[in-house]
Amino acid sequence: MRTVTVLDTGPLALVQDLGRPGNGHLGVPPSGALDVPALRLANRLVGNPEDAAGLEVLFGGLRLRADSSCTVAVTGPATPVTVNDRGRDSHAPVHLAPGDVLALGTPATGLRVYLGFAGGVAVPAELGSRSTDVLSGIGPAPLKVGDELPLGDPVGVPAGADELGPWPAPDEIRVPVLLGPRDDWFDGASAQLAAGRWQVSPDSNRIGLRCGGPALRRVAALDGAELPSEPVVTGAVQVPASGRPLVFLADHPTTGGYPVIGVVPASALPALAQARPGTTLLFEPAQYSDS
Amino acid sequence: MKLRRCGPDAVLIEVGSLDEVDAVRAALAAAADRGELPDLVELIPAARTVLASVRSGGPGLARLRDVLATADLSRPVARSPREVRIPVRYDGPDLDLVARTAGRSAAELVELHSGAEYSVAFTGFAPGFGYLVGLPEPLVQARLDQPRTRVPPGSVGIAGEFTGVYPRSSPGGWRLIGRTELALFDPRRDPPALLVPGDRVRFEVTA
Repeated sequence: MRTVTVLDTGPLALVQDLGRPGNGHLGVPPSGALDVPALRLANRLVGNPEDAAGLEVLFGGLRLRADSSCTVAVTGPATPVTVNDRGRDSHAPVHLAPGDVLALGTPATGLRVYLGFAGGVAVPAELGSRSTDVLSGIGPAPLKVGDELPLGDPVGVPAGADELGPWPAPDEIRVPVLLGPRDDWFDGASAQLAAGRWQVSPDSNRIGLRCGGPALRRVAALDGAELPSEPVVTGAVQVPASGRPLVFLADHPTTGGYPVIGVVPASALPALAQARPGTTLLFEPAQYSDS
Repeated sequence: MKLRRCGPDAVLIEVGSLDEVDAVRAALAAAADRGELPDLVELIPAARTVLASVRSGGPGLARLRDVLATADLSRPVARSPREVRIPVRYDGPDLDLVARTAGRSAAELVELHSGAEYSVAFTGFAPGFGYLVGLPEPLVQARLDQPRTRVPPGSVGIAGEFTGVYPRSSPGGWRLIGRTELALFDPRRDPPALLVPGDRVRFEVTA
């Protein structure tokens, strides 16, 4: 079997595909790549189906040696890429000969770099997915130096280029929030969300993006009230006891005991996946168009 | 029944009791089995709510509303639930505390817990952790004042109206009365979870 060997991992490198949605009733989070369009693009560039497994590399720093010939592509934020210390393009297919060493630098902006391999990373699937779920420990362990990653057989032809290039992660992000299911627990939910400025907290991870900033106030009648644990979706903006919102990402617990004031639609989550600590978040409350 | 929007592709169905949760879950599961909800992705029951999420951009939410509009929550959906038997050695560290609180002997406690039939109301906390209802009244007891930092996998506990089994080592505040050797959750097994909402469960005494 074709493999690549891990020489350096950077801060955290994980195998990710599009996750295992549909298992929430077993207590299993959906998991999967946080910046879904970036993983899909990496797969297209190397000729894979978009749902193949690749690597999600937090803050770059990964080095790999190709043990056999393979085609790879680096996507996500603009990141220096070298093969045997010579610069190569990100967001394009790169061919590696046996023995070649691929190294990722640190992205200039953003957080998570994606690496696709022709044939995909072929570790065993668990509940239909190869993704590492950091909350419940399902899927492969985070990459370690010396790991030999198995690759599948290539099924398609690498693409020449793609319409999507890297985009710089901004210092300030406008985040749409559809109100509910528990916006009625808050005193003027829409106005409070629209008025505040929050910052991405350094203790954010794949489970949730935590916010520093103003506390959201509940209506007086529900101050200190307890909510029986209820299921939550990816993108749910939960408001814990501190009042500072937390946006649930792919490895979120399937249920939560604090009210969810609103939900960030999936299309707005990739920007959050790339938001570094300190990034300003401006929530933009939206109503449903059909109710 | 109240429907609460939960983003563009999901709805949270809020009801008044665990029995109604089970009725909503069973009605939607039955409709899905009949092929009426092809876009359904997740169906997750909890204590007073059921979350249903659908594939983005399709007619899934409208179909879901149609099914719910005709569902009769007072009459349980006819079905034949799976029956799961869990062998338990009743030697948990809180056995005496639970017996004392119940005003029974340890032997009577074991008889009560193993004599009842339970059903899986919902899961949560960790993959494969089922919240089982049907606990005999004397065993409905509070959590420990001081949760343990480590509960061994397979521990059988009680808390409030629920009993359950810890699938893996974790912190926990349930009163522990026994232990099973069965693996509650194994992501490489098919099916991975021993307990699924709606299952009937009995505990059997082993030496």
